[in-house]
Amino acid sequence: MTIDAAARGDQAVPGPVPDATGHFGRFGGRFAPEALMAALDELTREFEAAKNDPAFVAELDDLLVNYAGRPSLLTEAKRFSEHAGGARVLLKREDLNHTGSHKINNVLGQALLTRRMGKTRVIAETGAGQHGVATATAAALLGLECTVYMGEVDTERQALNVARMRMLGAEVIPVRTGSRTLKDACNEAFRDWVASVENTHYCIGSVMGPHPFPMMVRDFQRIIGVEARQQCLDLTGALPGAVVACVGGGSNAIGIFHAFVPDESVRLFGFEAGGDGVASGRHAATLVGGSLGVIHGMRTYLLQDEDGQTQETHSISAGLDYPGVGPEHSWLHDLGRAEYREITDAEAMDAFALLCRTEGIIPAIESAHALAGVLKIGPELVAEIGPGATVVVCLSGRGDKDMHTAASFFGLMPEGDAR
Amino acid sequence: MTVKTAYDKARAENRAALVGYLPAGFPTFDGAVEAAKAMVDAGCDVIEIGLPYTDPMMDGPTIQDAVHRALVGGVRVADVFRTVEAVAATGVPTLVMTYWNPVDHYGVERFARDLAAAGGSGLITPDLTPEEGGDWLAAADAHDLDKVFLVALSSTDERIEAITRASRGFVYAASLMGVTGARTAIDTGAPRLVERTREIIGRDGRDLPVGLGLGVGNGAQAAEVAGFADGVIVGSAFIRRLLDALDLAAGVAGVRALAAELAEGVRKGR
Repeated sequence: MTIDAAARGDQAVPGPVPDATGHFGRFGGRFAPEALMAALDELTREFEAAKNDPAFVAELDDLLVNYAGRPSLLTEAKRFSEHAGGARVLLKREDLNHTGSHKINNVLGQALLTRRMGKTRVIAETGAGQHGVATATAAALLGLECTVYMGEVDTERQALNVARMRMLGAEVIPVRTGSRTLKDACNEAFRDWVASVENTHYCIGSVMGPHPFPMMVRDFQRIIGVEARQQCLDLTGALPGAVVACVGGGSNAIGIFHAFVPDESVRLFGFEAGGDGVASGRHAATLVGGSLGVIHGMRTYLLQDEDGQTQETHSISAGLDYPGVGPEHSWLHDLGRAEYREITDAEAMDAFALLCRTEGIIPAIESAHALAGVLKIGPELVAEIGPGATVVVCLSGRGDKDMHTAASFFGLMPEGDAR
Repeated sequence: MTVKTAYDKARAENRAALVGYLPAGFPTFDGAVEAAKAMVDAGCDVIEIGLPYTDPMMDGPTIQDAVHRALVGGVRVADVFRTVEAVAATGVPTLVMTYWNPVDHYGVERFARDLAAAGGSGLITPDLTPEEGGDWLAAADAHDLDKVFLVALSSTDERIEAITRASRGFVYAASLMGVTGARTAIDTGAPRLVERTREIIGRDGRDLPVGLGLGVGNGAQAAEVAGFADGVIVGSAFIRRLLDALDLAAGVAGVRALAAELAEGVRKGR
């Protein structure tokens, strides 16, 4: 489904997006090797057909409900809210989905599409491992062969997820080229795909890549916002004042934003990985600190040097450690419809600890960036809307995978066991 | 000068053209120029200078390794133009092969202008297809530059038609579904792809040479490819000679010997 702004009489959002060639305004498109064009065309056709096929829709719905556990809860975070300047914080609990994050929403859709196209193998890139675990899970469920590419740096900081993927029957290949993080895992997955496209589907994990991926992954993730919007209305009787999410590639953010885009009164905030702070140069805040370019098949904002070489990124969160961003976010940023800001590693970890202590919920470090964002904008929203201004925040994943990082950050390990 | 002149010369001699690739700045700025000149001396008809890029999505380990070294060595876009200038001065048509972002970021029109000023013949664009290439098509035409797009085994006839119509100089047929790097055998689908492409080009009397690349690494393979294509494109095998050599002189000697072997191959194929 695309935004049909004309039907809604909404001037702020010209639509529908993307257009037939995958452009969100000047962003998106398809900057890919010719060898992949036939597969991208086939995928576009099959996705359109599947969306309109009641049998496909019913099968996906059934998996989302009876396998992934949807709808996910909307939990009011009363004690956490006390720290948010008077705002009322509602958590959209994607952490409660099977496999522990929003990634399963997209992966189930793409795995069903893979089978529909007669392909027998899926490949994926992963940063924190959430998407890799979700892909390995869906592959096991549908009997598909699965290979996951993961930067070597990330296999070290997310070792538990590597074991999970292998337990599920996937082959995990550590990527030792470049910065050995998410972008290099993407490069390696594309290299595999060019050689294997006849029997293999590349299950991209975010709203990025060449058309139709940014549109397709958004459409599989938009259920987050569709549910959250209704749940918020049911609970509070009104739309929220703001919707908040973390942004790496941006799939949980697009997922929760999309249903709210036409609601002009609802402010949309995306929080990027500020690392040591954008001014330090050690960060992954693409929309805050990047410039226009082309990466991984799409035109979007990215972090690059004066020669157009991709810059090294840094974030304590492996899942946000990526130099590009989904093209629809670039488009929403240019339109001013969504606002993007940075959250530093330290701010994210403070919010991580706060949610643990006030709500008994351990968030993913990625999601902790959104929580830190809530603490920052809460007072701003209350000043604007009044006390009790509602903020819906996407708790995109759970933090079990991050315990090693958190234990070392907060010094929780017993004496002599700090490593 | 369009690379078409080199293809025409080869055709007049009833052989295929030999196209050699090296990235700028590898193993050093001067080393790359010296190696490229050795390739020209030993019989390359066209030289492709690679613009090293941090995310070479279409390249196998050999070219990844070389461009990584070039980038660590500090190569800049300006060095690519200087390399082109030095190689084109030999009189052999010289193209730049580049991923799209560095050109996009430099400014497409400005890149075309500076490439033309350096004596470059045009661009090979492995991750840009004509449908996203409007700015480049206009800039290339304004500066009289070749536009070399790729066709693949998976390309439909409709796409081959559109791609060859947008191309100038030659069209680059990718011999296999995969990344760059020498292989032990030429993919069996390659002759059919060249044949399809030629048939589509010839339908309305157009004339565009078809060069075949990916996987070619020795004289016997060059002869095999020369039997059905207008050009034989070799990259990773040259880089391998430089990577495996103890020093630059030995590497350049290896490159020269390989170019001679390939040049002999493209003369045996018919």
